Amino acid sequence: MQFPDTLKYTKDHEWIKIEGNVATVGITEFAQRELGDIVYVEIETKGKSLGENEVFGTVEAVKTVSDLFLPVSGTITEVNAALEANPEFVNQDPYGQGWMIKMTIDNMGEVENLMDAAAYSDLVGA
Amino acid sequence: MKNTPFTQIHIDLGAKMAEFAGYNMPISYSGINEEHNTVRTNAGVFDVSHMGEFMLKGDKALDLIQRVTSNDASKLTAGKAQYSCLPNEQGGIVDDLLVYCIEENKTYMLVVNASNIEKDWNWISKFNTEGVEMHNISDKTALLAVQGPNAVKYMQQLTDMDITNLKYYTFAKGTFAGVDNVIVSATGYTGSGGVEIYFEDKGDDAVKIWNEIFRIGGPNGMKPIGLAARDTLRLEKGFCLYGNDIDDTTSPLEAGLGWITKFTKEFTAKNILEAQKAAGVSRKLVGFEMVDKGIPRHHYKIQDAQGNEIGFVTSGTQSPSLGKAIGMAYVTKENAAEGSDIFIMIRDKAVKAQVVKIPFLQ
Repeated sequence: MQFPDTLKYTKDHEWIKIEGNVATVGITEFAQRELGDIVYVEIETKGKSLGENEVFGTVEAVKTVSDLFLPVSGTITEVNAALEANPEFVNQDPYGQGWMIKMTIDNMGEVENLMDAAAYSDLVGA
Repeated sequence: MKNTPFTQIHIDLGAKMAEFAGYNMPISYSGINEEHNTVRTNAGVFDVSHMGEFMLKGDKALDLIQRVTSNDASKLTAGKAQYSCLPNEQGGIVDDLLVYCIEENKTYMLVVNASNIEKDWNWISKFNTEGVEMHNISDKTALLAVQGPNAVKYMQQLTDMDITNLKYYTFAKGTFAGVDNVIVSATGYTGSGGVEIYFEDKGDDAVKIWNEIFRIGGPNGMKPIGLAARDTLRLEKGFCLYGNDIDDTTSPLEAGLGWITKFTKEFTAKNILEAQKAAGVSRKLVGFEMVDKGIPRHHYKIQDAQGNEIGFVTSGTQSPSLGKAIGMAYVTKENAAEGSDIFIMIRDKAVKAQVVKIPFLQ
């Protein structure tokens, strides 16, 4: 499984790509495999400010539903509109076309709480 | 956790495995949608060896079956099978099952849900006052379901039994893939045709049969299918799943199983069910489609347009064949008509859905 070194990871299987105080968030290769075929990504928090680990949306797979947790506190500025018609992008390209939100980060200190690729890889036993 | 004779094969194939009814079962292999579509368009193989099988033998076997099941097993002749259920004393459902007539008035096989094996065994035993010989052969019985429009064509190549002309809900017993005493039954839980193959797990017969099936089917695109796709396949056809759509608290009449409830004979809770039929049921199991976006799930509550609670979802999924979200639910009879607007409570939001005809997929 691929866990790019350029990303940070949460124990809830989100990845976050940090560029200055803005970031892109999605779910990991491990998460999409565990969920199976994803059929609906529901994110209705655009414009909202949420805290670290707060739920910013849900992802529905054929068999299961899972909450999405914000890796760090901040404001959701954009939702990947392409997932509306093509939720399978999350399965096919979790770190690329399957991205879920863009956000601004409130507190760069919280980034320290995230895992790097090696630590996350250990967590999921990959 | 128990294994089936095929567990190691699933693991070697890289299946996602999980515990189901005490067994280590394959949930999916290549992905639910792909597996689902393989069954709808070609053929797929399910290991359902976790299912339970009881043999009932003797002169009083039919009497016992008649007493505990709702359908009329006296209609069965050798080589025929029947869908039925075990009502409880309150008119709920202990389990749903298949009754196979091996030898008329003498030998029957009951096929029950894996999660209910012990419960059903105890229930039926309680009514066995006339000394019917009962054998629980679940552990030593392997069961593969080969399902899909091409399944019979592939499987015919492995046997001299005429399975091509087997009518729905009939079966043959004979040599299959070089193994003796195999039951090939024109039944299944997908609505796409095919057979179910029962045999005793002895020696390396199970592996041999699996390999032979894939020797024929593999080059033609047949694939192993997990329990997840089994669920989406059955739901598109509106087949009930015990524990979801039917259980100890639901009556067969509420569940639309009046067609397997025959009041021409005596059976458990006959009087209750007959009265229920006369008075009309107050809630019904219906199919629905989501109108607005959302995926319905088991236990989600349902409201009417005014916000009154009118029922709950029993099964729900995104239908791979139809490309839309579908589900089954118990709703009050006032809201059960086709075309009724109902609102599924998804994460505290009322999401619009509409009652539709079952099966969802013709």
